Formats: sequence, C-alpha cells, structure tokens
Amino acid sequence: MSTAAAPNYELLQQDGLETSLLEVSMGPHHPSTHGVFRMDVKLDGETVVDLRPVFGYLHRNHEKLAENMSYLSSMPFTDRLDYFNSMSNNWAYALAAEKLIEVEVPERAEYLRVIMAELTRLVNHVSLVGFFLNDLGALGTPLMYAFREREKILDLFEQASGARMMCNYFRFGGLRNDVPEGWLERAGEVVDHFPSFLDEYEQLLCENEIILSRTQGVGNLSRELAISAGVTGPMLRASGVAYDLRKVDQYGIYDRFKFRVPHTDGDTGDCYDRFMIRMLEMRESIEILKQALAGIPMGEIMGNAPRVFKPKPAEVYGRIEGPKGELGFYLIADGTPKPYRYRVRPPSLINLTVLRDMCLGGKIADTVIILGSIDIVLGEVDR
Amino acid sequence: MSILGAGIFKGMKVTLWNFVLSYFRRDRLTTNDYSWRPDGDLPQGIGDYPKEEGEQLSDTTTVTNYSRNFPMLLHDGGEPMDTVRCVACQICERECPPQCIYIEKDYDENGKYIKRPAVFDIDVSVCMSCQICVEVCPFDAIVMNSQFELSTPDRFGGLLVRRDDLLKSNDYYHQIHPEEAAARDQKMAAEKAAKEAKKKAAEEKARAAAEKKAAEAAMGDAE
Amino acid sequence: MSLELLTDILIATVPLMLIFATLFAFTTWLERKALARIQNRIGPNKVGIPCTRISLFGLGQPAADGIKMLFKEDIVPRGADRLFHLLAPILALIPAMLVLCFLPLEFPWTKSLLPVQAFLLDGAVIFFFAITGLNTLAVFMAGWASRNKYSLLGGMRAVAQMVSYEIPLVLSAVIVVMMVGNLNAAEIAKAQTGWWFVFTPWGLAAFIIFFIAALAETNRSPFDLPEAESEIIAGYFTEYSGFKFALFFLGEYIAMFAISGLAVTLFLGGGDGPGVTMNLVDQGLPTEAFPGLTVIWFLMKIFALIAVMIWLRGTLPRLRVDQLMGFAWKFMLPLSILNILVAGFAWHAEQLDNTFITVITWVISLAVLYGAASGLNQLNRPNVRPREYKYAE
Repeated sequence: MSTAAAPNYELLQQDGLETSLLEVSMGPHHPSTHGVFRMDVKLDGETVVDLRPVFGYLHRNHEKLAENMSYLSSMPFTDRLDYFNSMSNNWAYALAAEKLIEVEVPERAEYLRVIMAELTRLVNHVSLVGFFLNDLGALGTPLMYAFREREKILDLFEQASGARMMCNYFRFGGLRNDVPEGWLERAGEVVDHFPSFLDEYEQLLCENEIILSRTQGVGNLSRELAISAGVTGPMLRASGVAYDLRKVDQYGIYDRFKFRVPHTDGDTGDCYDRFMIRMLEMRESIEILKQALAGIPMGEIMGNAPRVFKPKPAEVYGRIEGPKGELGFYLIADGTPKPYRYRVRPPSLINLTVLRDMCLGGKIADTVIILGSIDIVLGEVDR
Repeated sequence: MSILGAGIFKGMKVTLWNFVLSYFRRDRLTTNDYSWRPDGDLPQGIGDYPKEEGEQLSDTTTVTNYSRNFPMLLHDGGEPMDTVRCVACQICERECPPQCIYIEKDYDENGKYIKRPAVFDIDVSVCMSCQICVEVCPFDAIVMNSQFELSTPDRFGGLLVRRDDLLKSNDYYHQIHPEEAAARDQKMAAEKAAKEAKKKAAEEKARAAAEKKAAEAAMGDAE
Repeated sequence: MSLELLTDILIATVPLMLIFATLFAFTTWLERKALARIQNRIGPNKVGIPCTRISLFGLGQPAADGIKMLFKEDIVPRGADRLFHLLAPILALIPAMLVLCFLPLEFPWTKSLLPVQAFLLDGAVIFFFAITGLNTLAVFMAGWASRNKYSLLGGMRAVAQMVSYEIPLVLSAVIVVMMVGNLNAAEIAKAQTGWWFVFTPWGLAAFIIFFIAALAETNRSPFDLPEAESEIIAGYFTEYSGFKFALFFLGEYIAMFAISGLAVTLFLGGGDGPGVTMNLVDQGLPTEAFPGLTVIWFLMKIFALIAVMIWLRGTLPRLRVDQLMGFAWKFMLPLSILNILVAGFAWHAEQLDNTFITVITWVISLAVLYGAASGLNQLNRPNVRPREYKYAE
C-alpha cells in the first residue's frame, strides 16, 4: 500500500534502557475519526512510528445488493454511500446508467443538476472545514457556524426533493420532479449570502496563529506520490496538480460556465493547503451557481427513459468530480433488468491509502488532523 | 506579522460579535425550540403524539410540499375499502429496495381475484422513505405521507403498519401536499379522459362498421 | 483548641467555601450559556425550579447535573490502582480550596472577629504557588491509576505542561512582589489603591504572561491538551464517572477561581474600585462606601477574567504539545526574565521622582518589551504565514 521504510527498532535498546513502543488503538469509537474507523498506532513518546488503518466496520454490501435489484431501485442506496453528498452520488450513477441506455437529458434538467451538485459541494466543504476545526480543538464554534449555513442549503434540498439528506432526486434521463415555486429565488438568496459568511469564517480562522502553526508543515504529500496512489479531488489539487474532472471530462454542461480551479504552486501539499483549497473552491462554486441560476431555462425535466429497462450487454464507467474526489460507477449489463456487476470507485478509500505515508514521523495530534484533511466518509470507504 | 497575536484578536472579535448578535438577530440563533407546538405544551405521555388523520404538525420551514416520511394508501372518499385505488398488483413489493412491503391479494367467495389487497403491511422500521413505490405504481394508489411522530413503546410489531392504518383519503392528501395532489389528480383525469375518448372512438368505429355491414346486408336483401 | 478559636475558624472558612461552591455552580451555567450563544444556539434553558414549569433560564441546571453525578455508578477499571483512583480527585480539589483562604477578601462578618481576611499570612504568595503545585501530582495520579493508555498519555502531557508553565507564572508574580516589597496578599492589594499594576507597561506584560500561564495551569483552552476531547477522548479523567468526575470538575473550576483571584490581587488591584478609598491615617483597612463593597469588586473582577477565559475557550483551537512547550520555554520564559529586568530598572527610575524620567522610562520599557516579544516570536516560528494559491482556467 505504501513504500515508506519500516522504522529502526534497535535505537530504542541502545540507550541502555529496555523500553517498548506504546500501541494505541484509536478505535472505532472515537470522537474524531469521522465515523467508525480504526487506526492502530505505535507511538514512541508522542511520535508516530507505525500506523495501520482498519476499516470495514460500516460495510453494508452495497455492491452485492445492487446485483439483485433493478437499476432504478439501487438509486436510493447511492444516496447512502457518501451520506453528506447524496446529490453527487446520484448524478454519478445516473451518468453511468445513461451511458447504458443512451437517453437525452433536457436543458432544464442539466442546469438543475449542476445547481444541485454545486450546492452539494458547498455543503460538503463547509461541513468538512467545520469538522476539521473541531478536530483542531476549537470546541465546536466554527462547526456551528458552518452548520448554520448548511441548514439553509438542506432546507433547499428538502423543498426540492422531499428529504434533507437522502434525496433520491436524480433519475435516468433527468430529475424526479421539478423544483417548486420560488425555489430559484430562495436559492439565489442563499448563494448571495454565502460569500459574507465565508469572509467571516476566514476572519475567524485563516490568520489565526495557532491554526497556522498546527497545520502548516503537517501531513506533506508530494506530487509524485499523489499521482501514483491515484489520489483525486482537493487533495490532488493541494499537491500541485491542476486536475479537475469538470474541466477534463466536461460532463453535463460544465463547459458553459466560467470558473477557475485553485491549486498549489509547488509540488507538495500539507493540511493547510488542503484546507485553504477547499475554502477557495467554495468561492468558485458560488460563481458557477450564480451563472447557472441566471441562465436556467424553462422546460421539462425528464427525458424519455423507460422506468424499468433491459439494456444490451455492455460495460460503462461514469464518473464525476465529487466534492471528495473522482466518484465513479462501473456497470456491467447483461441484458437483464439487474446489473451483472456494479462497482463504486470510492474517492475516500483511495485517498486514504496515503494516510500512513503522511503520518509517519509526526505526532499523534497530527494524525487526527491529517485524517480530517483527507476528508473521508465511512459510508463511502466501506460501502 | 503586524501586531503580535493579531489573528487571534480578529477571531475573538468575530466570536464576540456573534455572541452579541445572537440576542438581536434571528439568523444568529438557530435553535428551533419546538416552535411548531402552538400552545407551548410538550407531550407528557406516550400516547399523546398526534396520530389522527388530519392532525398535522406544520412548521412550514421543515415540513414542505414534497417532504416525505412513510407511504400511505389512497382511497377516493367514503368507505375506504370500497374506493381504494390499490389493486394488489405487487409491483411496489417487487421494486421496494429494502423490501419492506408485504401484500396479499383479496379473493371473493368463489376464489376469484378481486382487485383489492387483503393484506398490505409496511414495516416502517425498515422503510427508508425512498419513494420508489410511489414512482412505479401504475394506479397512483400509494403516495408519501409526512407524519413523523410515530413512536411507540411496542418494540415487536409496533412499527408494522397494517392496511387499515395505511388507508387515507384523497382529501387528506390534498391537505398535506396540495400541489402534488392536484398534479396527480390532473394526470389521472387526463388519462381517464384519454381512455374515454379512445373508448368512444372505438365505439364509433364499431358502430360505423356495424351500420355499414347492415347497409350492405340491406342492399344485398334488396337485390 | 478553645471553642472561640474553633468558631472563629468556622465562621471564616465555611461561608467562603459555600460562596465559592455556589459561584462554581453559577460559573458552569454561565459557561454553557455563553459558549452556546457564541455558537449561535441557546444553552440549557429548561431546568428551573424543580417540580414546576418555571424555567429560570436554566439556572437549575447545575443542581440537576450535581444530582445526576451523585446517582451515577462508580466504575473503577479492573486492574486499576483503587487507592490512587480514589485519592486523585480529592487531591485535585483540596489545594484549590485551600488557597482560596489566602485571597484578600474581607467579608463583613469577619471584621469584628478577625482582621482583614480569613487567614493572615505573611508569605501568602509563596504559599499559593507551593500549594497549587500539588495539582500536578493529582493529575498524574489520575492518569496512572486508570490503567488506560489514553489516560496515561493525558497525564504525562498534563505534567509536562503544568511544570513548564509554572515558571513564567511565578516570575510574573515576582515583578509585583519586587515593586511592592511584601509577600502579603493584603498588602499587595492595598499598594495598588488608585493605580493598578496592570496600567504600567511591565505590569501589563506580566499580567498577560500570568494570564496565559494561568490558562495552562488550569488546563483550559487553548491549553487543554490533557483533556483534549478530539484526540484522547477525555485524557486523564476518561475512566472517572459519577462523583469523582464531579470532584475533578469542581477542582478545575475552583482552581480557575483561585488563580483568577491571585491575578486580581497581584495586578488588578484586589478590591479596589469606585467607592473604596485608601485610609492612610489608619494604615489598616481601606474604607468602603458600604460593607462588602471590596468583596463585590473582587468577585466582579474574577468574573471578568473568567468571562475572558470562556471567550478564549470558544474561539481558539488547541496547541500541540511540542508547540506548547516551545511556547513556554522559548517565548514566555525569556520574556518574563526580561520583564523583571525592565521592572527593576523602572523602579529605580521612579525613585528619582522626576516626571520626565518616568515618562521616558515608560516609553523605553514599552519599546523594549514589544520588541523582545516580536523578536522572540520571529525566532520561534519564522515560517508560518498565510499563503497564496494559483488558479487554472
């Protein structure tokens, strides 16, 4: 999984003292491991000498379940993969299935899809920044401010789809239902208010000396390691690679929007970079949202897709730039209404493979911060 | 850096500002302290939660037009089992992702299948409110209710909702989700009108064909 | 031991302990409400007078919490050292309560029986520092006796932190003692009537250093590593439940009161305030507008300091252990030593009794202290600054 060398144990016995390393299991029940995730850490004092991540506590057989259900019925389960960004997961699955059945998505549906995805990106980044600062020790104050904004967006989701988190809103060929009256104006209000919230947040945090000294130089990830480990998303951009699937694939109608992709200048990234890149990405999402809300046309929202379909045997891979990285769905269809193989490419898990390399040599307090900056959600890691 | 500890002081200023404003501005105090209860009385006992039809908890910011909790079966007024729309076709049972619906068809005295469900159970502790059953139903018979105060102290079977508790009238549906109910009614009326028109057109054609045949027969007789 | 002496002692100490226990309850309520308002939510507001619907803004919450803690099951881990597990919270509480008696609080009912304060002690300041050192021992006992790796980590961090922050604490107090020439807490408070030490440059620097070191001594944010909730769950009191936890909690808050009280005595003028005048003829007690005014001012100043502590807790994240130690040894210690030099220089300059020289001394000391602080800051953390990022189209 990683290529760092094993630590040198002889040093400990050379001092004339018999000592051993302290093995701590930062176990599944822990306030900061973002879910049921376990790390077996070997400590020499406060320095981390070895780290072994253990996960699988939240495995729910998502991929096998999908083999027994029709394509539409496994759409609600994609909500629960990365439970913070249900709309993005839905879109990735809808993209993959739409490649199978080749259906045209109407204009208004495409615009609404982009709006929902960017709102989801805002929700995710703002929650992550809040939790990151909570792990740093600012006992919940930035978290509460972040959740205050997240509540507004979740209210929007509830008005559009009926549920706050598990939206189940996307369908093959469009969306399930149109947004109600006045939704676009309310969304515009939320988007207009967001930059002032971001300014207040930056004032609270970004020049705070304690945060600067805690996060800079911690958890360095070099560009070569990031690319070779398959890391995607804000982590990759923080390590100096300007790679964003919205610019590369241009799925949906992203080619119509003007936005920039922030990335680091050098070729290593630390926790501070990842944190700041996410703050900057939120501002870019607001730009996209403003353009989309201004340009959305009237029209229908569902193309002509059969509800239960038997696609011809084929293999497709559909991917999007989710808030955590590249979320991809690989489907193998075999002519029956149920998929033969359904595979999720979880960005959190693949970003997690570099945890050990980033944590070795640091302190145990840094481990928690590095884990927070990778941005994992156990629903996605374990599926 | 300019002043020592400037970042910390800026942060403290933001916090103080939030503290002061939380007393004056609504958006700086986000706790929604049971504001939906009109008379300020909290439920005291287990049976106090509203369970009757029509009693809704309506805080308009959280229970919105599309908000969904668990399904309900629709009937068109009067005696529920006379006008129930469900025909027990079992499509929703097949498509339900967590498989929480159990349906048994109803048979009359002779063993012939009548288009009603005899048993329709939804295990509400399993249901994940995904609405797939609503989407696949061809008869608009099952829609989402938005009641959420369903707690019960009975752990075994208390959350299994049976057919008679699931049946709610179309008027109730209009009460809780007016837009969606109106759209659904419109769709059903349009379909019915289309079906009527098709039937009438078929009748017309049959009558025209019969008239033509009678005319030909009459001509044949006349010859 | 005569009966009179016993009653004198009881009248002096029991009301003090009762008052501070009530203030402790009030402070827990205040902290929860203030932190909640900072975080845009309401704190506890349902528990008021029991058995009624009157909820006095949640003022009954501390009582409810206390009763809950009494009823909880007392769990001791298997294999833990039972004696030390029991002794540690007691040892955490007793020093804090003990030093409360040396604060210069003149309660009106003691005036006729005992002079000035509960216990007159000539070396009050030294006694204070000696007793608060026992807190470190209690924390380590708690960490060791719990037979839990997290607690052990918490305990070791706590010991390192508390020991290294005692030095700047004591050195800042030395400045005040030097200027007054007396270790008696009451004398120090009297010497500040009219012009508190915090208004002088070296006094301000000493106050800031003292306050930061006080935060570290009582394990408050941003130095709450030993109880860092997000890393080692609850640190040295992970394995404590029920009343022992309540004792730890009580000990921490009473220690906060005690150190704030000392800060008020040393720097903020004790019971000084509008309505209190110095009675030079009597050379004894300052006169006050009504009996108990000095106590009221004293308690209000303590609460102001505690409000600042709560404010800091709501705002700042915590420091990592090596950064914390570096801050103490590489920044605060040199600064406090320099502060002593500057204060000594200023004292000699004040003996000359020339206004011009006094002003020059103040300006020079301000410049020296600020320059030293900035210089030390640059020396310790040169690479930390906000960064700029590139954008790709």
